[in-house]
Amino acid sequence: METISFAGQLFQYLITGLTVGSIYAMVAVGFNIIYNVTDIINFAQGEFVMLGGLIMVFFHVAVGLPLILAFPSTVILVTAVGILIDRLAIRPIRRPSVLTLIIATIALSILIKGAAMFIWGKDPYDLPAFSGRNPINFIGAVIQPQYFWVFGFLVFIAVALTFFFDRTIIGKAMSACADNPDAASLVGIDVKRMVLLSFALSAAIGAIAGIVITPISLMEYDRGAMLAVKGFGAAILGGLGSFPGAIIGGLILGSIESFGAGLVHSGYKDAFALIVLMAVLFFKPSGILGDIEISKIKRF
Amino acid sequence: MLRIAKLPIAIFAVLIILFPWVAREIPAIDHYTDIMVFVGIYCLITLGLCILMGYAGQISIGHAAFFGIGAYVSAILTVRFGINPWACMLIGTAVSSAVAVLVGAPSLKLKGHYLAMATLAFGIVIFIIFNEEIEWTGGPDGMSGIPGLSLFGFAFDSAEKYYYLVWSFVILAFIFTINIIQSGTGRALRAIHASEPAAGAMGVNISKYKIIVFVYSAVLASLAGSLYAHYLNFINPSTFDLFFSIKLVIMIALGGMHNLWGAIIGSGIITFLSYEWLHYFEEFEVIVYGAILLLVTVFLPNGLVGVPGIVKGWFRR
Repeated sequence: METISFAGQLFQYLITGLTVGSIYAMVAVGFNIIYNVTDIINFAQGEFVMLGGLIMVFFHVAVGLPLILAFPSTVILVTAVGILIDRLAIRPIRRPSVLTLIIATIALSILIKGAAMFIWGKDPYDLPAFSGRNPINFIGAVIQPQYFWVFGFLVFIAVALTFFFDRTIIGKAMSACADNPDAASLVGIDVKRMVLLSFALSAAIGAIAGIVITPISLMEYDRGAMLAVKGFGAAILGGLGSFPGAIIGGLILGSIESFGAGLVHSGYKDAFALIVLMAVLFFKPSGILGDIEISKIKRF
Repeated sequence: MLRIAKLPIAIFAVLIILFPWVAREIPAIDHYTDIMVFVGIYCLITLGLCILMGYAGQISIGHAAFFGIGAYVSAILTVRFGINPWACMLIGTAVSSAVAVLVGAPSLKLKGHYLAMATLAFGIVIFIIFNEEIEWTGGPDGMSGIPGLSLFGFAFDSAEKYYYLVWSFVILAFIFTINIIQSGTGRALRAIHASEPAAGAMGVNISKYKIIVFVYSAVLASLAGSLYAHYLNFINPSTFDLFFSIKLVIMIALGGMHNLWGAIIGSGIITFLSYEWLHYFEEFEVIVYGAILLLVTVFLPNGLVGVPGIVKGWFRR
């Protein structure tokens, strides 16, 4: 076994951290989409990721669909779950308060988790990597080809969302809802449809995150909650509601976790992200890129 | 709801006293006394959580942590240092209060989602500590050999004896909590729940009252944890995971978090579900809990204690 230089090791931690961080960033973006339109923090956000991974395994491995078909089928199916969540659980709540919405999305989260355990059992599932598993050696670090897919999809999501919110009429309508739902409905925007769309969109992004990470870290039924908490940590770190913030927050959080686990104590891997989350909440709830004024105006 | 009548409490106390006598006679339910011990233990936590969430409007998804701190302080001090269990219970509440102040002071400034996430993260961090500090907590294997409780030579060594001990705690906590709700503190809490700015403008020291009620709920959870450890003589971290915190929220949401009776009803139903009635579902019981929580949130915003009101509403039409 060749000895790995310390610098190479650090580089390895950074690469791994950024990869996992990309997933947190995607979850954080999903949080932000729903939060911006509805002021809801969807605690079931992590379940979209879990569903994305497991449904992809079903289509690609069990059914045997080629990647190019299995990928969109999975995204569509998880998007449908997102739409169902809004229609069956969020919209029927008659007197929505922050407390009831939190409890409702927690309920959804454990329901989906339970259903996933029912369907797939407790074993973790593997998915073949998109372009093989021959690692690339780069300055002493081992890089899986799948890492590039993860980064690639993060960039794709960022570009696509920027285009969507800046250049399309629906995207602008959603931004308008985020700004002021009452004013938006006055100019003829169907706010309920935008809420539905926000759930669909963030479910789709969650599904993509789940699909691209499964070949690296496998996927099992109970991963959702932790992904949701860390994704929220990323969103908070970057500033809740800010898309660039979500991506920066995710990458930083992933790196902290990776370095912490590698250099300090691997058993506390999950704790690092949570302690960062708590520290940000306690000392600077507006995050890195968040606007303090906006966070005051938002309804809590 | 401000006044809680004394008669129902008296009737409730009599029912609680009689329960083991009845259960003993009926073979089908003679083990219910054992389950009722756990109902009592969870009632202690939900009473505190009820006043925190229902009355003060502050969400916590991390109370399993305080339950765990109580249990682990009791376990570690009795097993590793041989300290008297009752003293351990007190030390446990002291540690929990200190942690509650440390976590509560910054996090209760937060609202809504932020507070929920902060308490959730706190709960998971404590859970990870229970798992990782193996030389203290025994890690995932847990700790065994925790001594039972005894008072002046009288050992609470059977389910029935422990039942009376636990339920005395519950009744005392219930009466104490009612007193808090009916005192100036209770009025201040309701004012905070209704509108923080308005309460602040009326001169209510918002952060002080939030901390008081947070610490109070942590102390009750910690006591429950100690009682749990001394009853089972064995603890491991999985009892104090995120799902237990959520289960506590399910208990008070099901019973009705704006009413202390709701805490007791919810704890009773959920505990019996998980210890007895859901065996058939095995680990899929989580689906049942999710369904209960979702249905209650959508259709019964005031929980089961709100049902009589809804039924009355039908007849009035």
